[in-house]
Amino acid sequence: MTDVKPKAVRRLGDIVFANLTFLAGISILLTLATVAAFLFAQSVPAFTGEPIEAAENGFWAYVFPFIFGTVYASVIALAIATPLAIGIALYISHFANRRFSQILGYAVDLLAAIPSVVYGLWGILVLAPFLTPSYRWLNENLGWVPVFGGQVSATGRTMLTVGIVLAIMVLPIMAALIREVFLQTPRLHEEAALALGATRWEMIKMAVLPFGRPGIISAAMLGLGRALGETMAVAMVLSPAAVISFDMLTSTNSNTIAANIALQFPEAGGNYTNLLIATGLVLFGITMVVNMIARWVISRRAEFSGAN
Amino acid sequence: MNNILKLGALAAASTLVLAGCAANEAAVEETTSATTDTTETVVELTGTLNGSGASSMAAGQEAWIAAFQTANPGVTVNYDPTGSGTGRKQFMEGATSFTGSDSYWKEEELGGEFPSCAAGTLPWEFPIWISPIAVIFNLDGVSSLNMDGATVAGIFAGEITKWNDAAIAAANPGVSLPDLTITAVHRSDESGTSKNFTDYLGAVAPDVWTVGAIEAWPAEYGGEGAQGTSGVVSAVSGGNGTIGYADASRAGDLGTVAVKVGSDYVAYSAEAAAAVVDASPLVEGRESYDLATKIDRNTTASGAYPIVLVSYLMGCNDYADDAQAELVRAWASFLVSEEGQQAAAASAGNAPISAGLRAKAQAIIDAIK
Repeated sequence: MTDVKPKAVRRLGDIVFANLTFLAGISILLTLATVAAFLFAQSVPAFTGEPIEAAENGFWAYVFPFIFGTVYASVIALAIATPLAIGIALYISHFANRRFSQILGYAVDLLAAIPSVVYGLWGILVLAPFLTPSYRWLNENLGWVPVFGGQVSATGRTMLTVGIVLAIMVLPIMAALIREVFLQTPRLHEEAALALGATRWEMIKMAVLPFGRPGIISAAMLGLGRALGETMAVAMVLSPAAVISFDMLTSTNSNTIAANIALQFPEAGGNYTNLLIATGLVLFGITMVVNMIARWVISRRAEFSGAN
Repeated sequence: MNNILKLGALAAASTLVLAGCAANEAAVEETTSATTDTTETVVELTGTLNGSGASSMAAGQEAWIAAFQTANPGVTVNYDPTGSGTGRKQFMEGATSFTGSDSYWKEEELGGEFPSCAAGTLPWEFPIWISPIAVIFNLDGVSSLNMDGATVAGIFAGEITKWNDAAIAAANPGVSLPDLTITAVHRSDESGTSKNFTDYLGAVAPDVWTVGAIEAWPAEYGGEGAQGTSGVVSAVSGGNGTIGYADASRAGDLGTVAVKVGSDYVAYSAEAAAAVVDASPLVEGRESYDLATKIDRNTTASGAYPIVLVSYLMGCNDYADDAQAELVRAWASFLVSEEGQQAAAASAGNAPISAGLRAKAQAIIDAIK
């Protein structure tokens, strides 16, 4: 044990740079901790202070319809966006010719650059009136399906419209991510499948989709995270009420947490403000749980990841 | 930067000199000249005036500030539309010199401290902003309908669900009403418009509209929610068979409801809205400088339109800071003046206050110390 390992030379520049990156890394944790601390501290008066008129039946009775609405709207959005995103990604990565797939890729990225308030305006002024006749048709012909029942909305500002708007909003990030994963499918797998006589669709089914599954799941979770927190578009488009309702085509819809905060905060006073912040804390919790589930799903399927 | 500072200092110094002379010698003369020639040459007021409060009159405040600062280049007026409750609170914390509020001072607030005012003195208030709320609807081929209060309440409470309901048809002979479902649109955000509208419903039809004046819509009444005035207007215009309520200036091409007052049906108009304020009694037990008005939604005064939103201007009778008193006097006088009210009406579409109310308000303003 006489030979000592030569010590790495540490230059000033290395130390400074290492510390700078450390600071950058730690700032994420600090920001998260500060936000969480703010939410906690500001939520307390909602429970300790004088009773709040809006939440006369208790905090959970107040917040539950909003939790339901938040999850419901996001699930509808994902149900629409996921197949569409997979389709877009497959077309760009495996079907379109090079030139066109590039143009399409840019267009998808452009969708992501549209601010949510514009989506909201478009939702109210274009999409909702456009969809109203279809809603009426759905209600008349498929009204026996529970989600299509009830008194159909005359303006189209319904849960389903919100789901569609949200789906379009989460589509770009999902399509972009899934496309990247599909592009990484090992060439050999694809060629092997084709050499065995598989059609293009069979090749995709056998090689591309299994390889891309964790990517699809993490893209869906990323999209879900965005849909859960979307505020402006929902506040503008949805016709809300403090109820729990599975009906997708009526004017009485469960509001989402984020949209409810946006709607009520400007005129809120006293510990009503704290109550709204407490609902924000609940949303924070939901988003965290979703992210943790996503991490868990991806890690469980690590053997499929691009590493092998 | 330096130039601006110099200019400001110069202006301040010259005002001090002038004010010094005027105060000793010709106070009476100055006031008379100020009232006779009301244009630019009056006095060089300088300073900053801070106010906050109701967002309902934000558009009006913008118009007032623009006009007032043009006439008085030395004065900066700030109005922060924080909401009525916050506005009154900030005034009671001494952060502002005047307040705009959708509701008058509460009894318990008047028992509190007012640091902006001289110790022991109370603030004044009077209606400065009258805004009719129109009941708007979108129904093919119909531009105006008559309804009594109970019908309007029935529609918004979800009890009257079809346009050809007997209650609507009876008040509108000769109008062909379709067998169409009514979609009643309300505000999904809390708002003073909802509060005044539901106050009207609760007053005229207490057995139909049982929840009284509210800001947040009760879920059991159903209907459709939309964000803000623009949201309601676009929801009503976007659907067929929709009805909603919104600031009258935003009614546009939509059909409007004339409501039953006494035995007549009155459509909204600026005069009709101002008339109901004049016809309403003052809140009892208030000082002479407190024109808190209990809007009489059940009024039978002819030509009065009872669905209005009234906002108050509030300030001190006796300011702790005399310079502020002078600024507020000029500012408030401008707001109640015919010119000021017209300026706001032109840009925000509210209803100018009546001459009778103006005289009472001016008397309060003249007494500010």
